[in-house]
Amino acid sequence: MSLQITHAIRRFGAVEAISDVSLSVAPGERVALLGHNGAGKTTLMKMILGLTHVDGGSISVFGAAPGTSAARAACSYLPENVAFHRALTGREQLRLLARLRGAGRKQADDLLERVDLSDAADRRIGTYSKGMRQRLGLAQALLGQPRLAVLDEPTSGLDPISRGEFYNLVNELADGGTAVLLSSHALTELEARTDRIAILLKGKLVANAPLAELRSQARLPIRLRVAARPENTEEVAGRLGGIRVNGQSVEISCLQGEKLGHLGRIAALETMIEDVEITPPSLEDLYRHYSGRNPT
Amino acid sequence: MSAVLAIAGVELRIALRNLWVALAVGLMAVFAAVLTFAGSGPTGTLGVDLLAVAVASLTTLTVYLAPLIALLLAFDAIAGEAERGTLALLLTYPVSRLSLVAGKFVAHLGVLAFALAIGFGLAGVMAWAIGGAAGGISPASLLALVKLWWTSVLLGAAFLGFGYALSARARQPGVAAGLAIGLWLVLVVLYDLAMLGALIADNGGVFTRTVFPWMLVSNPADAFRIVNMPAGEAQALASGISGAAKAVSSSFALSALAAWSLGALALGWVAFRKVEP
Repeated sequence: MSLQITHAIRRFGAVEAISDVSLSVAPGERVALLGHNGAGKTTLMKMILGLTHVDGGSISVFGAAPGTSAARAACSYLPENVAFHRALTGREQLRLLARLRGAGRKQADDLLERVDLSDAADRRIGTYSKGMRQRLGLAQALLGQPRLAVLDEPTSGLDPISRGEFYNLVNELADGGTAVLLSSHALTELEARTDRIAILLKGKLVANAPLAELRSQARLPIRLRVAARPENTEEVAGRLGGIRVNGQSVEISCLQGEKLGHLGRIAALETMIEDVEITPPSLEDLYRHYSGRNPT
Repeated sequence: MSAVLAIAGVELRIALRNLWVALAVGLMAVFAAVLTFAGSGPTGTLGVDLLAVAVASLTTLTVYLAPLIALLLAFDAIAGEAERGTLALLLTYPVSRLSLVAGKFVAHLGVLAFALAIGFGLAGVMAWAIGGAAGGISPASLLALVKLWWTSVLLGAAFLGFGYALSARARQPGVAAGLAIGLWLVLVVLYDLAMLGALIADNGGVFTRTVFPWMLVSNPADAFRIVNMPAGEAQALASGISGAAKAVSSSFALSALAAWSLGALALGWVAFRKVEP
């Protein structure tokens, strides 16, 4: 395991910010950490990086304790909302960090190109937009081929195109064997791009599994929406049951096990319908379910 | 070591771009020039070495300016990084905290030493140009000027250490700036006023004989003043607390000043070590 967290506890006064969290990330695995604001995501990340101490349990980063020089050499970090010194240029900042990381100048310059900052590289960071600062932050997290990348809200402030490019970078990292732990609020973008989802609720880990597994565990309904031909709407609705929506569509909610039976009945009405759409519970629904906020 | 130099290089660049260097050099140059020029009036008739008088007034000036410049350079060092989020980032890099703070210290001390050298150098050149014809410049006063420079750097180092300690404790640049101004007022202005007030009230009593000498070395600014106290009577007159200062020897004051520099830097280091970003 790249990262092994075992029954970790962190207290702030009487409050347990992290209580009994066990989580591991394997090399090449991409794990998303979800949770409300204040659920403990950033605290957990800081514990992994050795920026704040652990009150109970243990955390091992490639067999080393967090914050030791062996652990630090293996980890990269992107803090939430990082802003670099206004008076430096992007290139100066990244070259300094490359030197501290033991990576070459060339890698710094290459990474500036990778995150689309080559045109702005020699301008002062004070003139950068939030998205540009975030991309500079990403570039530094890729310096020196980290073996564990801890990314706190990496896509905040990025436009949709940059988000796509960011996940390409994450995939490349993971393909190279880097373990990636990232947190995000933008749930939809995580669906296809992470191997495992871990949900923190008030400092406790309430879910930790691949998305498909979370779906079947949660037993949330799947929605089937059948678009009938206009002249057949009444009959389709009558035969399938379910709720009429938008005049000519019929919506059915069912559990995973019942899905194929419904689809068979829908297929039998082939001539009367135009289309059928299957919507599995979204990550947002799952997140609501696991964080105890079921939609009613 | 490579990390220290890399950080020092970047900090120096930041100081140049933030105009801290320009401000420090400008302040020192203007005040040094004005003081030296003002000193040239009376000395012509007194027949005293112009540079010796300049050193006496520059000492008083430096007691105020060196700590101020040092605190200005230092207050943002840790609090600023914390606010920008770069402190957490830097602490995850394979670089020790000692290297981080040492890199900043090297750059800041360099800026301070440079600004002081420009100011004192200008004073020396002016004294030579104005007073060269009248009384000339004695080697002793030239030595006093050089001593003033390196002891000012020591004084500055002490206040850089205080600045780092405040910066680490405050965590926010605004708070750190406020604390720095407060510290400057207390150590450089109010401390002396309180001491003088106590001296007058005591009128040569127990306080003057037992407490006062210790008070002089309990503050790096006063220790610095005593180290650069002129030896001759005429110059001593120009420097204010001359008579009282005889209570403490110059070499003892110098050790106190050096101890303050090391102690303050250690204080900054200890405060920084405790920071959890």
